[in-house]
Amino acid sequence: MTKEKMPATARLSMQGIRKTFGPTIALGHVDLAVLPGEVHALVGENGAGKSTLMKVLSGAHSADAGVMFLDGVPYQPRNPLHARAQGVGMIYQELSIAPHLTVEENIVLGMEPMMGPFVNRREMRNRAMEALAHFDHPDLQPNRLAGTLSVSAQQLIEIGRSLAMGCKLLVFDEPTSSLAQKDIERLFLLIDRLKAQGISIVYISHFLEEVKRLASRLTILRDGSAIATRDVASTSPEEIVSLMVGRDVNDLYPRSERMRGEPILEINQLAGKSKPQDASLTLHRGEVIGIAGLVGSGRTEFLRTLFGLDAVAAGEVKISDVISSNNSPAARWKQGIGMLSENRKEEGLALGLSIADNITLSSLDRLGRLGYVSPAEMKSRSARWIEKLGIKCQGPQQRIGALSGGNQQKAALARLLEHDVDVLLLDEPTRGIDIAAKARLYEAIDEIVADPVRPRSVIVISSYLPELFGICDRIAVMSRGVLTEAMPVHEITAEDVMRVATGKSDTLTHFSSL
Amino acid sequence: MNPTKVKSIISLFGPFLALIVVYAIFGALNPRFFTADVALNILTQTVIVATAAIGMTLIIIAGGIDLSVASILALCGVIAAWLVARHVDPVLVFCGTIAFGAFCGFCNGSVTVWMKLMPFIVTLGTMQIFRGSAKVFTNGTPINLPPEVTTWKAWMGGSGLPHGVWLMLGLVIFFTLILRYTRFGRHIYAVGSNELTATLCGLPVARIKIFVYSIGGAMAGLAAIMNMAKSSQGDPTTAMGMELDIIAAVVIGGASLSGGEGSVLGALVGALLMTTIRNGCVMNGIPTPWTEVITGAIIVIAVIIDRLRHKRA
Repeated sequence: MTKEKMPATARLSMQGIRKTFGPTIALGHVDLAVLPGEVHALVGENGAGKSTLMKVLSGAHSADAGVMFLDGVPYQPRNPLHARAQGVGMIYQELSIAPHLTVEENIVLGMEPMMGPFVNRREMRNRAMEALAHFDHPDLQPNRLAGTLSVSAQQLIEIGRSLAMGCKLLVFDEPTSSLAQKDIERLFLLIDRLKAQGISIVYISHFLEEVKRLASRLTILRDGSAIATRDVASTSPEEIVSLMVGRDVNDLYPRSERMRGEPILEINQLAGKSKPQDASLTLHRGEVIGIAGLVGSGRTEFLRTLFGLDAVAAGEVKISDVISSNNSPAARWKQGIGMLSENRKEEGLALGLSIADNITLSSLDRLGRLGYVSPAEMKSRSARWIEKLGIKCQGPQQRIGALSGGNQQKAALARLLEHDVDVLLLDEPTRGIDIAAKARLYEAIDEIVADPVRPRSVIVISSYLPELFGICDRIAVMSRGVLTEAMPVHEITAEDVMRVATGKSDTLTHFSSL
Repeated sequence: MNPTKVKSIISLFGPFLALIVVYAIFGALNPRFFTADVALNILTQTVIVATAAIGMTLIIIAGGIDLSVASILALCGVIAAWLVARHVDPVLVFCGTIAFGAFCGFCNGSVTVWMKLMPFIVTLGTMQIFRGSAKVFTNGTPINLPPEVTTWKAWMGGSGLPHGVWLMLGLVIFFTLILRYTRFGRHIYAVGSNELTATLCGLPVARIKIFVYSIGGAMAGLAAIMNMAKSSQGDPTTAMGMELDIIAAVVIGGASLSGGEGSVLGALVGALLMTTIRNGCVMNGIPTPWTEVITGAIIVIAVIIDRLRHKRA
């Protein structure tokens, strides 16, 4: 561990922080120092202790041991509001905006300037305008209702809330997870500006590219301890990943010998109510096709229409050369097609039910005759996938809502594997899960696609291009509801994909070959 | 034993434990409370609420609610009494009444599902419709059973356990097995826990919901026959406000009003708990208003305990 020499000059210094919950040690002994005007990245797998550490910093939890200094002055926040008043602002993953209040009311929320018993409206407006001046965002009018704004604008309100209080240290917890590409770039520019003004930033992210782009140093947390603090410029992504996981990750994207077989799914000019407008694709056995495109381009709608979750307006779907006459999710499961929703918590899983219930939900009729469901069979079948995919849990009967995101996602994939479908439709399968769980999912996908006896096929949507290039055989791009032809990954580059996705080009070909 | 198992045992026996404690307290206050007569009385008084609560449990697990249950009960009751007064074959009366109850439930379910409306509002409306229909049908006066018809006496009275109690206990076991060990049962939990997931998994969500409301109506129809047998008449104003007792029984029994949780056995225990409190209060000379306060407190406590249980999970 790097010993920090200069706690006196550091903006924030956390020393020997320890936090336990009953028998669980969430933080063992963590040191962290952030300099003025520095973007300091905090990385680690889910459960490594990042959130707990930041909750201690924001006063949501109090540490069992350890001390904190802010600009050399002892810092002991009683609660998040108190922390903000002392200069430490948090921007959470889930935005804490009151949708029925205006932008300015949200900015001063909890710190309203008063005049006797009344809110001093003029002062409120002044403070809000001052904070909003940082952003230069056309939608951010002080008197507009916050609920009518886009997610990225709402995030700016959160940032504005901290800036209005004169915060010197901002903590961003996975700020880009719900943003579109252009808003992400805008956020990065804002962070650069804040940094230039001398504001220190702790940046938590799963995306190493973002860390590379923004941070000058990073601290890696693993199992509740700070494993290392490094200069970002001199540390390779592989090194960071292996430090996070605690073992070497030689190849994140395994690729076994794949045998491309006969066409198994043929989509001809499929259209939904508004999106997709025109999507054609032929998927072969033993093949992974990736769908790239911007958020809102119609990728998700394409998959939902294909699976029958959204109405089919036009076009046809052929499964093994037979035109499907029934386009409903129930029919698709029977045809050997399964889907993994991008929205794990709201659609993908029944969080109140057990792991076993969730894994077997689509295939209950195989657990007994005449409508009988054998609990023992349900348990043993689920236990197999828990073992195979390494789902960390107490057992098949545990409520799935209690698991971490990565383990939930493994269970969601297990449902498709248990149903034993031929075609897997995966919508953002690795969103918001840690790197070890990602690696497990990639392995599982590769294994079934390369199965020598019965190779399965996969259509996968992802916003993360390295992942698509890593696991796919071909990639197609969705842009404004229209799907391009799928091209082999070795014939195109990420730039080619982005050019089509952003509407600069209509066909997916390698640029130099034009 | 693993924590998951312990939790499921607690949730099953929690209400049961409460029932035993309450029963013991009243017994300690008044030893006459421990007689078989009193126990029999409690069972017989509970059977109507408990029968309707079986159906309500299914509806609540599926994420719905049926406020019209007591009105269905009244409407089915006057129809049954009207049939009996016309000397229709008892088997036909029995089947016809239950079928009509199922039809009422079917209406609730279909409107909710096909019009995509909140079941709370739909059944708030049908509550008035069914109640009003019962009054229209009878011109507002009860239909008395002819004194010479004695078929229905054994349903709610006589020596030993009446038929109604046996049937209700049988149905509790039947639906417990259905919920635990059949595909249909697991589907009900899935629909209530997360309807979108159920749709994603290809479950016939609309059919399941309508069927569940129909079962709820059928159970209300059966409860109506018991109610008619008990009072020897079909009264359009019977069971006013009973829907709240029925829903309370289900909730005390561990069901969550947001769906995905609950058990028929729990609902029975919940219903028994409320009757026991009422009887115990009467026998100990506690005035009725206090009975209401205590019953209400038990409901609130049950919900609080449920909340704490979830927080820890």
